[in-house]
Amino acid sequence: MPSQERDAFLDRPWKDSTAEPFIRIEGVTKRFGTFTAVEAVSLDIYKGELFSLLGGSGCGKTTLLRMLAGFEEPTAGHIYIDGVDMIDVPAYARPVNMMFQSYALFPHMSVEDNVAYGLKRDGVSKAEISQRVADMLSMVELLELQKRKPHQLSGGQRQRVALARALVKRPKLLLLDEPLAALDKRLREQTQFELMNIQDQLGVTFIVVTHDQEEAMTLSTRIAVMDHGQIIQVGEPSEVYERPQTKDIANFIGTINMFDGEVMSSNDSFLLRCPKISKPLKLPSQAELNIGQQVTLAIRPEKIKMTLEDPHDSLQITLRGEVLEFAYMGNISIYRVKIEGEVVLQITIPNLDRMAERKIEWDDQVFISWHPENSLVLRD
Amino acid sequence: MPKKRSTFLLSVLCFGMAFLYIPMFLLIVYSFNYSKIVSVWGGLSTRWYTSLFESEEIWSALMLSLKIAIVNATFATLLGTLAGLALARFRYFRGRTLFTGMISAPLVMPEVITGLSLLLLFITLGDLIGWPEKRGITTITIAHITFSLAYVAVIIESRLSGIGETLEEAALDLGAKPLRVMMDITLPLLAPGMLAGWLLAFTLSLDDLVIASFVSGPGSSTLPMLIYSRVKLGLKPDINALATMIILAVAIGVLIAGWILIRQQKQRQRDAQLAGTE
Repeated sequence: MPSQERDAFLDRPWKDSTAEPFIRIEGVTKRFGTFTAVEAVSLDIYKGELFSLLGGSGCGKTTLLRMLAGFEEPTAGHIYIDGVDMIDVPAYARPVNMMFQSYALFPHMSVEDNVAYGLKRDGVSKAEISQRVADMLSMVELLELQKRKPHQLSGGQRQRVALARALVKRPKLLLLDEPLAALDKRLREQTQFELMNIQDQLGVTFIVVTHDQEEAMTLSTRIAVMDHGQIIQVGEPSEVYERPQTKDIANFIGTINMFDGEVMSSNDSFLLRCPKISKPLKLPSQAELNIGQQVTLAIRPEKIKMTLEDPHDSLQITLRGEVLEFAYMGNISIYRVKIEGEVVLQITIPNLDRMAERKIEWDDQVFISWHPENSLVLRD
Repeated sequence: MPKKRSTFLLSVLCFGMAFLYIPMFLLIVYSFNYSKIVSVWGGLSTRWYTSLFESEEIWSALMLSLKIAIVNATFATLLGTLAGLALARFRYFRGRTLFTGMISAPLVMPEVITGLSLLLLFITLGDLIGWPEKRGITTITIAHITFSLAYVAVIIESRLSGIGETLEEAALDLGAKPLRVMMDITLPLLAPGMLAGWLLAFTLSLDDLVIASFVSGPGSSTLPMLIYSRVKLGLKPDINALATMIILAVAIGVLIAGWILIRQQKQRQRDAQLAGTE
């Protein structure tokens, strides 16, 4: 492999077929009685990744995390961390630490003792413990609160104690269960970046469980989308957003407009005949299609342009519509536009100018258009 | 403007309180009566308290009761805590529901039946293996442990489900072996529950007349048994003095237990908040 190409893989080991994964999950299944929580999941995670397991509640993401931590035993399959099979390794002996969703701080111990607890169990010398605890607490900016008990701290402070406690043992792998769920929006955004900084500084591999797609998008190097105990797509945030593999993923991550219809051909390209719309819609050229196939054309709200005048652009798909409602969000505006056949599309428009001459408002007749290459073909 | 209180509710409250406390109040008043005849007022005196403290019989019965109560409370707390742990922490084992039901059965079982069955057990055991040779302090203590441990187990179980398992998992995750987790996390968090359980078992044992009567032998009368047998022989004012002392002791005990329970309640809410189980 040319060295240039190698360099390109340094940040993205998952693109390199020769790279050794740090964590290998192999055909892991977990059943509780007759209920299958996780089904035949296989996943490779590389050193230094910030990997997100994303999915709704009950999709099996937390069970998978708990199996990595050693709180649950897989019914079938293997988990390797740094090449070692974890099946017979109990939770307390794994090179893994976890930050719990509820933080699980010990209520009867001070902040300092909470953070020192893991080091004491490892038989680290007293002097080293106090040094490492102090270092960790100053990193999360809690040094002056070290004598406090958990109930004397705010939510954000507790979250940072939990993080310090999980990181102080310098684990090879840190598991985070909904790390930001209990924080308010402002604190959440701030903490997101702190987490990324810390991960970068320490080079620890992070696996984050979250139901918040925005959080997953911002934080992660890669995302695994889970549903009904299975992984339905793994990819970088932009891949998952721009190239979702199923309608479910497209709907779960962000918003998307969809047209169901049948594939037909015209000259050199494929068109979609949508029963509700008179005009056939041009499909993107890369898609592998057969004539007569039932597919869904999908387009993200921000990839649609909306104008008062006809753009007269033959390369684009142009439809006429009427503004039903719109919401001004500050940075963007979200419009709901009704086109023919009672189809309602969602469109987001960045508010580029503070003093636009003519803003599009309720009941305006508009032209909406998009480039076919910006749309997607989805199957069920 | 303050809301007007309902006169009806207020009178019901007063009546209820009077119903509960007038008998005790009378008892306390009469314990300071000089007269030897219980129902005739003969002036203020503490002579019955003096005679009470001089009565060897009462002292030895009190000591016996206290001894039994302390040993009972300690063992019931130990065993009850183990049972509570099993109930709350073993996710599933064969016959779990049955076990849960069986551990709380003594709470609803009539005391007469518990007493009678224990008596039968002791007699059978005595015939078969020669133990217990005679009934007395040991048999009463064993009998008391069997029913108080059920109360302790229920208290511990509720406390444990309040704490949740997350804190224990967190300790495991940080490298503590299961026994260590028990010592560092589970037991300290359980301590208030265990103390409440101990106090409850202690009072239950001090209180008990029925079961003790079944399983005690000659020469080992607990305080309730002594009072009961004396009353049967005719009321003497020193019993009033004794009863007043017991009321005082119970009132103090209830106050302490209540204080612990309130503190525990607050602690539990706090822990639950931290553990995110609520």
